[in-house]
Amino acid sequence: MIKRNLPFAAIAVVALVAAPLLLEPFRLGLLAKYLCYAIVALGIGLAWGKGGMLTLGQGVFFGLGGYSMAMYLKLTEAGDGGLPDFMVWSGVEELPALWTPFANPVFALCMAVLGPVALALILGALVFRQRVRGAYFAILTQALAAAMVILLVGQQGLTGGTNGMTNFFELFGQDLAEDSTQRGLYLVVASVLGVLYLATRQLVNSRYGRLLVAVRDGEDRVRFLGYDPALVKTVTFAISAGMAGLAGALFVPVVGIISPALLGVVPSLELVVAVAVGGRHALAGAVLGAVLMGYAKTAFSEQFADGWLYLQGALFILVMTLAPKGVAGIGRSILGRLRSARAT
Amino acid sequence: MRISRAIVSALVVLTLAACGSDSQPAAESNEIKVGLLHSLSGTMAISEVTVRDAELLAIEEINKSGGVLGKKLVPVVEDGASDWPTFAEKATKLIRQDKVATVFGGWTSASRKAMLPVFERYKALLWYPVQYEGLESSPYIFYTGATTNQQIIPGLDYLKEQGKKKLFLVGSDYVFPRTANKIIKAYAAANGMEILGEEYTPLGHTEYSTLVNKVMGAKPDAVFNTLNGDSNVAFFKQLKSAGATAESMPVLSVSIAEEEVTGIGVDNIAGHPVAWNYYQTTDTPANEAFVKAFKAKYGANKVTSDPMEAGYNAVYLWAEAVKKAGTTEVEAVKKAAPGIALERPEGLVTIDGENQHMYKTARIGIIQPDGLIKQVWDSGEPIKPDPYLKGYPWAAGLAAS
Amino acid sequence: MSAFVNQLPIGLSIGAVLLLIALGLTFTFGQMGVINMAHGEFIMAGAYTAFLLQDMVLALPAAFVVAGLMGLALERAAIRHFYGRPLDTLLLTWGVSLVLQQLARDLFGAPNVQVPAPSWLSGGVGILPYNRLFIMGLAIAGVVAVWVYLNRTGLGRRTQAVVQNRQLAATSGIDAGRVDMLTFFIGSGLAGVAGVALTLIGPVGPALGTYYIVDAFLVVVAGGLGQLRGAVLAAVGLGLLNSYAEFWSDASLAKVIVFAVIIAFLQVRPQGMFVLRSRVLT
Repeated sequence: MIKRNLPFAAIAVVALVAAPLLLEPFRLGLLAKYLCYAIVALGIGLAWGKGGMLTLGQGVFFGLGGYSMAMYLKLTEAGDGGLPDFMVWSGVEELPALWTPFANPVFALCMAVLGPVALALILGALVFRQRVRGAYFAILTQALAAAMVILLVGQQGLTGGTNGMTNFFELFGQDLAEDSTQRGLYLVVASVLGVLYLATRQLVNSRYGRLLVAVRDGEDRVRFLGYDPALVKTVTFAISAGMAGLAGALFVPVVGIISPALLGVVPSLELVVAVAVGGRHALAGAVLGAVLMGYAKTAFSEQFADGWLYLQGALFILVMTLAPKGVAGIGRSILGRLRSARAT
Repeated sequence: MRISRAIVSALVVLTLAACGSDSQPAAESNEIKVGLLHSLSGTMAISEVTVRDAELLAIEEINKSGGVLGKKLVPVVEDGASDWPTFAEKATKLIRQDKVATVFGGWTSASRKAMLPVFERYKALLWYPVQYEGLESSPYIFYTGATTNQQIIPGLDYLKEQGKKKLFLVGSDYVFPRTANKIIKAYAAANGMEILGEEYTPLGHTEYSTLVNKVMGAKPDAVFNTLNGDSNVAFFKQLKSAGATAESMPVLSVSIAEEEVTGIGVDNIAGHPVAWNYYQTTDTPANEAFVKAFKAKYGANKVTSDPMEAGYNAVYLWAEAVKKAGTTEVEAVKKAAPGIALERPEGLVTIDGENQHMYKTARIGIIQPDGLIKQVWDSGEPIKPDPYLKGYPWAAGLAAS
Repeated sequence: MSAFVNQLPIGLSIGAVLLLIALGLTFTFGQMGVINMAHGEFIMAGAYTAFLLQDMVLALPAAFVVAGLMGLALERAAIRHFYGRPLDTLLLTWGVSLVLQQLARDLFGAPNVQVPAPSWLSGGVGILPYNRLFIMGLAIAGVVAVWVYLNRTGLGRRTQAVVQNRQLAATSGIDAGRVDMLTFFIGSGLAGVAGVALTLIGPVGPALGTYYIVDAFLVVVAGGLGQLRGAVLAAVGLGLLNSYAEFWSDASLAKVIVFAVIIAFLQVRPQGMFVLRSRVLT
């Protein structure tokens, strides 16, 4: 057990101690952003890697979480009776009723997680019960992402439209511009990721996890055995949605903006890509993929902007054709080969 | 969990790599770094790349004539990737890591709104070169494009002069068209004009048959068009094939410049009016030089447009302010900037001290069969920028703050 | 009132556009189960072919061949290794679509290009311009051609056989690999034809494909996998729905309404309108 958790402990030390000490605040902020994406990726790894549900609409849940948090931040900034800045220039005169409860941080945080969970439960109950799966499910979730963006953009007075919400100053009384606040946020994000990772791993190794994998590999057979695959899938989908929501809520104070551009078809797909690159069958691979792709995107766009699309596309084609199990799969096979070489 | 070991090493390498890229050498003492932050990829690249080109031209020209304070300007170019959070991230990078003296950048309102808190937080300067919806004046942004009273209101004045009483409003679904249309409705109410309809479509929308049907059914005297980007192509193609003509129902656009005309197809848009502050054909000595220099650097088939000219101006205006301040230090530059007046391609441009916008001349032009735009009306003199429309009684109540 | 009546032909013409962009997908997605996210970029390739030729009539067959060959190359180089893994092809082809978009940007520049509409298409009948009628005609012709191919030619029957039972078809002496190639060629070629038609009504630029891809997939999903009549009904239904929803509300809300209707519809018919019956255990 101790040996098993050693690598995790080592990463935890690097992430929690070394990174804040070594990295400049700007870079640490970026790393915190990648880790937010990694939380979403963890959820995708669970739903897709373990459960076989390719969800192309994870951005929707991420967005729900992010918007909940942003609404709270905007309301604290506006103060009692005040209106968020974008409402003023959208010509909204009275705070919409939908917004009022978000002044309460507990409510906002709960909504950030429970909102996505509820939506996923409803959607999952509807589609999985009808045995919509595979490609159909993927395309439906993608269309959901597309529709969500249009909806958010269209309700400018309520959501800030294409601009989204930005210009946040403080979180729970802490000045967001301060480097110390950003460092604290980083530690929170990293810890949340760590805890969620351990919890997800526990879940996957449980009886429930085995059932989930069984549903992925042979849904009808599981049904014939007397289980309800729709229930298993719906619950898993909801868990992954909750993770995305939480990630969104953390993302907003870290990055300082939430907008429809962050949750549409493309960002949702990019996260799936990241999971595929990292290795969908291993939860650690999903996390690694998100951090790697986030870093690669920043690094390449700083060096040569135009090439990023080529590189992203090419990387993707290569990984899918040559190493469908992703980086984690490559790592595993190298280690396996080393071990067999040692054995001979 | 053996793979985790590979991941440990990967993470360590990653962390080290991230540290490594931080150790940038400090700026050489005979150089001044300036940031250029536009979308070089994604949907906005089509427009923003041309603005970056104009800004690079200005930097090159300034360097040729000796630079600023005896130092050469060195551009640091970053890609906003048509993604608003990326703009905020890259702005932070330019300010904190590259330690640039100022940044020229942005196009969409959303990108400006995303960058605004970054510039205010680090007390750095942004020069924003595109016409926008007003209702903003950040102490750390200089706005070299038009605000609403230098483009939208002159456009309405023109339509009124032409005797157009019934308008139909068509726009993309985002903040600029919605704000512009609020102003238009207030103007119409005060000037005895009638608004027959107001329609928005999602960005990137290409199916306009229903909307065209609505417009044709309402029979307006003119259409006020705030559509953005590719939607304009679909809208004008489908409007034309429905039988609308520029004579019977002119469509006044505020987001279509010279470079968009080819993509829309000259046949589809010739004869329709547009409202800007500058056209490639604007008749000033400074413009002759600008167009010549731009074509020499980027090719004879390139056109110049209003946002490009505003970006080109921004570099000169900043350089002038630095010269006056004797330093690139932000507060000193901000203090020196008000009142600076330069003869630019669009004519005299003066920095307003109150809101850091520019005095600009408004111009209405008609799109010609050769794809260029011919001026048919101008405001006579540079208009004082009024982002909150305080000088227009009918606009009271539009901006609550 | 007349505007209301006008929405009927408008809805049909929107349906024709949807059908045209989805027709190729009934092949690649429907017949082969390949989710080709690069389908939009094949449409784009067709549009750029029209731009290069500057002639609508020549462009139609040329775009069919160009896009078809691109599809063939994609099938041979990558997709054939992915049969039975539809979700992986989705991700793979998304990578391909990114590369193709950037390629178009580098080859033709980021700004939209102009394809002149032929003069014989200017004018119209009532509310419908000739170019809309042309698109409707093209969509009908495409459907008829596909139907004849699938049901009246030996190749088409073999295609259907492979779809229904790959192993059995192979055992009966059908070269499944060649059928795949042909299917992909035709499916991608149809995307190219759609691209030419779209130059009449929309922008021609590197982002062209991204505007249509989600709609195209929704048509196929609502219509039922691999079902020509399903695709036709779904396209027309969604076109009319879109037309009237936009007429009564606005363009943004119309899209959301269409999506909600599709979700609701899949509750009633989870596999789309028409289902290919199969006893295969999944």
